[in-house]
Amino acid sequence: MDDVVLELRGMCRSFGALKATDDVSLTLRHGEVHALIGPNGAGKSTLMGLISGRTTPDAGSVWLAGQDITGLSVAQRARLGLARSFQVSSLIPEYSALRNVMLALQAGEGHSYRFLRPVVFDRTLQRVGRDILDRVGLAARASVDAAFLSHGERRLLEIAVALAMKPQCFLLDEPMAGLGVEGTARLITFLQGLKQQAPILLVEHDMDAVFRLADRISVLVYGRIIASGTVAEIRANPLVRAAYLGEESTQ
Amino acid sequence: MDNARKEWGLNAILALVLFAVPLWAWLANEPFIITLATRVAILAIAAVGLNIALGLGGMVSFGHALYLGLGGYVAGIAAHHAFNGTPVLGLAGTNQMLPIWAIAMLVSGAVAGVVGALSLRTSGIFFIMITLAFAQMGFFFALSWPAYGGEDGLPIFMRNQFPGMNTSRPWDLFVIAYGVLMVALLLFALLRGARFGAALMAIRQNPDRAAAVGISPFGIKLTAFVLSGMLTGLAGAMMADLTRFVSPAMMAWTMSGELIVIIILGGVGRLFGPVAGAAILVGFEVFFGGLTEHWKLWLGLVLLAVVLFARGGLIGLIAGRARHG
Repeated sequence: MDDVVLELRGMCRSFGALKATDDVSLTLRHGEVHALIGPNGAGKSTLMGLISGRTTPDAGSVWLAGQDITGLSVAQRARLGLARSFQVSSLIPEYSALRNVMLALQAGEGHSYRFLRPVVFDRTLQRVGRDILDRVGLAARASVDAAFLSHGERRLLEIAVALAMKPQCFLLDEPMAGLGVEGTARLITFLQGLKQQAPILLVEHDMDAVFRLADRISVLVYGRIIASGTVAEIRANPLVRAAYLGEESTQ
Repeated sequence: MDNARKEWGLNAILALVLFAVPLWAWLANEPFIITLATRVAILAIAAVGLNIALGLGGMVSFGHALYLGLGGYVAGIAAHHAFNGTPVLGLAGTNQMLPIWAIAMLVSGAVAGVVGALSLRTSGIFFIMITLAFAQMGFFFALSWPAYGGEDGLPIFMRNQFPGMNTSRPWDLFVIAYGVLMVALLLFALLRGARFGAALMAIRQNPDRAAAVGISPFGIKLTAFVLSGMLTGLAGAMMADLTRFVSPAMMAWTMSGELIVIIILGGVGRLFGPVAGAAILVGFEVFFGGLTEHWKLWLGLVLLAVVLFARGGLIGLIAGRARHG
């Protein structure tokens, strides 16, 4: 079990009478993509909130690299290397692509309580930031404000920011959303390489992408994980077909 | 890039004019003009302080008059005891500006720390109201505290001293205020360009994203709020010496509003926004105040026009949108 990077143990969270997360346990191991799928309202967003620290659980715990992080804030978890991307692109709009990445780098280097030294003269931060933008293919757009990037470029910048955080694991919330066929194909290739650096917990609606990327899949329905296994196992599982894939095919 | 150059040009012109006008007045023996320029400089220092919280951090403090007043009372009380030769809290009073400034900044910074720690748990309209409530508490406390004049205020019979200067001469006092303003602007520019500024401005724009990359918003905002209060407190101590008078009016909510108006007129978050705004405000007060006692009506209309048509204030109107690189 040493190769477990992220682990959820018996996570529960209710909103009133609604059990949004109901006794969820799952693991994310080195070098894998673990996809989390489920119909709308299955509790994927709540679960992402519980992992990232935005939402506090009623019961259960979150472990990152063997450390209990249940009581830590969003920022503290981020500094430990929990790198998330948002379902709807969430960047610093008035900062250039480069400065968005540099912000994540500066946070990862420790603290932000440096008051006098200009960031523009910080060569290391600039160079590493440009390298990361280059990796996701945004080098040419480094000086463009995030607000003026196209939708697809913003999705890539989300990934670049996650890369800048010295990630132990990635938490990617629908990274393919609205990317189009070509963009999705490129991102799939990129994520296949990325999982060697740090494992990926992937929430995604695009089933083709999930089946191509995932090493393991967990299916969430009404807050519970009803099945967990390899792509072939999930495809063959009758419960899953009834609860999820069946609904998809009728749409 | 072009906008940035325009802004630096405009900044240089503003800095030059603010120095040249009183210089001319000094040569032409017009002390009233020098005093006006000193008032602009000191108001600008106070507004640079508020600009850290409001402009960089997006914290709309409607209670910064509290720190202005605290700084003012520190100067007034120190001078009062120095004049009477009586101790205050076991220490002798002082009539030296430098230690007074240090104490004014410590006191206002400490109070800003408490106010910030409590009010930064809220945001939006609640933050505005809580900062206002704290300032009103200070106002009514000063009003009802007879030891230092209560509602009559506290006169400063002799201006506090600055090494090598004769502070009773308007020109000397102006040079001190102008020098402090330039240092304050330099510190603001460094702060904005450093990692701290990057974190602070990121939190203003998207606190969730800042937290998700590992920057805790609360600590950064509280630090900015304390620095902001300290600088406004320093301006308060200088303002007390300029007018040789401290009264609860310095802590009134209208004063807090005036500081916000200065920043909006000049340009929120812009380096020289407070300078431009303070110059516009004092200019209005003098020129339109001489024509009609309803000059604030006209100021209100200008403010309305700025908010509706020139969101970047004077600096934004001339130099365009701010860029953070």
